[in-house]
Amino acid sequence: MTGSSREMARPFKELWRELGASRDFFAVQGLPAPAPEATPEAYFAALGEAVLIEAGCSREELAARFGKFLAALGRIDAAPPVVASMTVRGGADKRGRPETLDITLVPGDVVALVGPTGSGKSRFLADVEWLADADTPTGRRVLLDGAPADAARRLSLSGRLVAQLSQNMHFVMDMAVGPFLCAHAESRLLADPDRAAAEVTALANELAGEPFDAATPLTALSGGQSRALMIADVARLCASPVVLVDEIENAGIDRRRAIALLTGSGKIVLVATHDPLLALLASRRLVFSGGAVAHTLETSPAERRALAELAALDAVLTRAREDLRLGRTVAAHKETH
Amino acid sequence: MKCVTVAGPPSSGKTSILLKAAAVLAGRGQRLGVVKFDCLASRDREAFAAAGVPAVVGLSGALCPDHFYVCNAADAFAWGARQGLSILAVESAGLCNRCAPHIEGVLAVCVVDSLSGVDTPAKIGPMLRLADVVAVTKGDVVSQAEREVFAFRVRRVNPRATVLFVSGLTGQGADALAHVIAAAPETPTLDGATLRFTMPAAVCSYCLGQRRVGADHQMGNVRKMDFSEVAP
Repeated sequence: MTGSSREMARPFKELWRELGASRDFFAVQGLPAPAPEATPEAYFAALGEAVLIEAGCSREELAARFGKFLAALGRIDAAPPVVASMTVRGGADKRGRPETLDITLVPGDVVALVGPTGSGKSRFLADVEWLADADTPTGRRVLLDGAPADAARRLSLSGRLVAQLSQNMHFVMDMAVGPFLCAHAESRLLADPDRAAAEVTALANELAGEPFDAATPLTALSGGQSRALMIADVARLCASPVVLVDEIENAGIDRRRAIALLTGSGKIVLVATHDPLLALLASRRLVFSGGAVAHTLETSPAERRALAELAALDAVLTRAREDLRLGRTVAAHKETH
Repeated sequence: MKCVTVAGPPSSGKTSILLKAAAVLAGRGQRLGVVKFDCLASRDREAFAAAGVPAVVGLSGALCPDHFYVCNAADAFAWGARQGLSILAVESAGLCNRCAPHIEGVLAVCVVDSLSGVDTPAKIGPMLRLADVVAVTKGDVVSQAEREVFAFRVRRVNPRATVLFVSGLTGQGADALAHVIAAAPETPTLDGATLRFTMPAAVCSYCLGQRRVGADHQMGNVRKMDFSEVAP
């Protein structure tokens, strides 16, 4: 209690210097903005009756609430969760048969998730996100750094452990690329948001076929540009140690570079895909069936050779698409194998 | 019985995420029931019935929906107890964004839609500010970056709250939501409980059915806006 009363006797300008977001309290509560030289003690004592009626509580309650707000702000954890390894131990399939699965993933690993709709891929992801501890329908256990997470860690990691890149996702904010990336960098409390934003824009441009800049509105980006921006943003600005990629559409995005960008940023990458170019980039793939992982396959040398052939085929298609986009006639590119 | 208040703007996904959480809780042998306060007829009762979730819908009709809620909260609790529920969820749409149904000592959940714009967390008011848990919905269709910016703005408004992403469509995040709901404190009764925030004052002529516009027809608790010209 002495700690909070000390805060109450310090001028607002000092509090704001240490906890910038403490200013938000007054705007959000609809209270008049305090003078920088005033102390919270003096400010709350001087609040008028009309303001108190609007706020719906007494001076003492408001002051106590501000104290709690300051304390909670100090606890907001902007530091990225660090995960050296993630282990998933099998549970049971929909019919109760045991699942033979014991996989450990470290930063830089890429694993493909394959199997028809309803085979259990989404449930697998849900288990990873919630750090299942034999308490979900599958009975799986997910360990971080070899140990199960306690309830507090599970809740604090909820929504922060796994970042997602899905075909169903769109940018919906009415902002331009630059200011939006700055807002994202600020939410990570990064020291130089402008530089981070410029870096992400440059990276996204390397991935996308068509260039865009910081002034382009988010909602004006093409499908390929949006996806490229989402990938670059997750790689550079997102703190989550695990990334789930749910397909990457073939919209002029260099998929190999996209995955390399994510692994290069120290992410554990899970790719739910039936695109051979993506799936074979993974060193292992989990084959889902009946709600559980039926096999774990290593990408074989023969598959790696197949990947090279498929990539050449993809290059032919990409050239033809580019011809069409630029208004040229599609040339017959003769490939010799 | 445990009790939880679930508040959020209309169409933010309150009913959908309650249905998903109810399914997870049912799997653990816990029975969740819902009393939903609404102002106009909705089909949610059928949705709850189809999912086997005991539910009552109360329509406020011509009354202030939030006052209607407080007047019936203790009765709702008694109904839940009679039904033998493990957990009673009291759902309400704080229609003017100033209201909050949250009660001291009762787990308070606020539901916000991530499609509703990045300034929404600052606009919602006590319903979000005084919540213990903020469930952010529809995150499965917006970019990761927007989700993170949205969650950050929620935390700035309410740094105490646990922020969860829950999809009413896919059920993603329902495990975490069910977990926090199941961890709610036991509520012996709502009789004599205290609201976390005052309800908006009422009682003017329009509360009593007046329909005519203009100063001659206004009585009671009336407040006038300042329309004085600002010097150019």
